[in-house]
Amino acid sequence: MGKRSVVPFGPHHPVLPEPIHLDLVLEDETVIEAVPSIGYIHRGLETLVKKKDYKQYVYVVERICGICSFMHGMGYCESIEHVMNVEVPVRAKYLRTIWAELSRIHSHLLWLGLFADAFGFESLFMHSWRLREKILDMFEYSTGGRVIFSVNTVGGVLKDMPNEMLTKFVKMLDEMDGELRKVTGVFLNDYTVNSRLRDVGFLTYEKAWELGAVGPMGKASGLNVDMRQRKYAAYGDLDFTPITSNVGDCYARTDVRIQEIFQSIDLIRQAVAKIPEGPIATDVKGTPNGEYFMRVEQPRGEAVFYTRGNGSMYLDRARIRTPTFANIPALLETLKGAQLADVPLLVLTIDPCISCTER
Amino acid sequence: MENIGGNKIEMTIADLLPKTIAKKEDGWRLSQICSTSLDGKYELSYSFAKDMEYDIFRLVIDHDDVVPSITSVYSAAFLIENELKELFGVKIERIGIDFDNKLYRINEETPFK
Repeated sequence: MGKRSVVPFGPHHPVLPEPIHLDLVLEDETVIEAVPSIGYIHRGLETLVKKKDYKQYVYVVERICGICSFMHGMGYCESIEHVMNVEVPVRAKYLRTIWAELSRIHSHLLWLGLFADAFGFESLFMHSWRLREKILDMFEYSTGGRVIFSVNTVGGVLKDMPNEMLTKFVKMLDEMDGELRKVTGVFLNDYTVNSRLRDVGFLTYEKAWELGAVGPMGKASGLNVDMRQRKYAAYGDLDFTPITSNVGDCYARTDVRIQEIFQSIDLIRQAVAKIPEGPIATDVKGTPNGEYFMRVEQPRGEAVFYTRGNGSMYLDRARIRTPTFANIPALLETLKGAQLADVPLLVLTIDPCISCTER
Repeated sequence: MENIGGNKIEMTIADLLPKTIAKKEDGWRLSQICSTSLDGKYELSYSFAKDMEYDIFRLVIDHDDVVPSITSVYSAAFLIENELKELFGVKIERIGIDFDNKLYRINEETPFK
C-alpha cells in the first residue's frame, strides 16, 4: 500500500465555474475515496414560495440556473398546471418544446466547450462556444433575452414565434449542421482527445441504476431513462428514441451528449413542421390547491418539480430535485480508482451545475 | 391511491424500510426524497420510478420522530438524507455516509425547519 494523503479539490479550481469541494483520499496518485461538500452558494430559493405568489415564483424558478432557466420555468409551470387542471393550448406546448430543445443544444455546446477547456484544447473550446452563440442569437431573436428569457407562464407562454421565424431557425440549424459535425468530430475522433476520454471513469449499468444516475450520465451506461418519453409538452407528437451507450466511460458520456444535439435539431424540425396555429396561453383563474410531482428531462437529466398549494396565492412547498444533485453519488463512484490527473475531467463529465444543486 | 404525478401511498415509519426493500427488489429506482414542513410536522415523500411509473411513499411524522435511513437499500440516498437532516432537521438514523451536519457549508442551523 502506498502513502495515503488527502488533497482538497475545489471549491476554487480552474475547471470549476462554480464552487463544489471534494476531499480526495489518494494512495500515491490513485483516488481511493472522494468526500463532497456543497452549500457555498446555497440561496434557499425553495423557501421563497412564502414571499412570492405562485405566479411570481415562475421568475424565481427561472433564476435557479442560467443554463436550464427555460426548462426550470417550464417544469414548474407544468407542475402548477397539473395541480390546477389547466389545459395549455397546443401551440404553447410546441413552443415550449422548441425552446426546450434549443436550450438542450446550447447547454450541451456549453459543456463541450468547458470540457475541451478542461483537457487543454482551447481552440475546440472557442469553436464550441462560437456555435453556442448562434443558439443564443435565436433566443434573443425570439424573446429578447439570451440567457434568462422568461417566456413561461402558468397556462402557456408569454411570447409567440411566428411561423416565418421558426422556418428561419430551422434553416439556421441546417446551416450549422456541417460546422457542428466538424467540431463534434474532433471530440469523437481526435487521437489526443480520445486518449483522455476512452477507458476513463467507468460507470457500469448496475452502478448507474443503483446510484440513481440520470441524463447523459445514466444513458452513457445504458440506462434508457428519458423523461421526454412521458410525453409532456409536445413530445407525445414527436418521434424520438433516447440515445444510450453501453460503454459507460467519459467518451460514451461525450458521445451521448453530442448525439443529443443532433437529436434536438431533429425534434425542432419535427415540431416546426407540426406546430398548429392558435392561442399561446390560457387565462388562469383561481389558486392552486393540491400537489403534483412533475418530471422533465433537462440537459443534465431528470428534474423533479414538486409543488403543493393550499388554496391561497402562496404555495406551501416548491421542491426542485435537480439532475446534478442526483448525479453526485455516481460521480463519487467514477472517481474511485481514478488518477488524480483525470479528476477534473470526471467532475466535468457529469456536467455539474452547482447553481441548480444550490437552488 | 391518489395520483399526484405518481401514485401516493401512505406509509408508517415501521413500514418504510420493508416497503423500500420490496420496491428495490421489484426493480424501482429511487428518484427523490422531499420534506415539507406542515402544521408542526414533517411530510416526507419518497419517490420511486420504474419505466414511466412513479410511486410516492408519504410519511407524516412529528419533529421528534426518528426515521430509519434507506441507505442500506439505496446507497445513493445518503446525499438526500443528509440534506433533509441539515436543512430541515429531520432525525434520520444510520445514514450510510453521515456528514454530521457538514455537507452544507451554511451558518444557520436547519434553515428550512
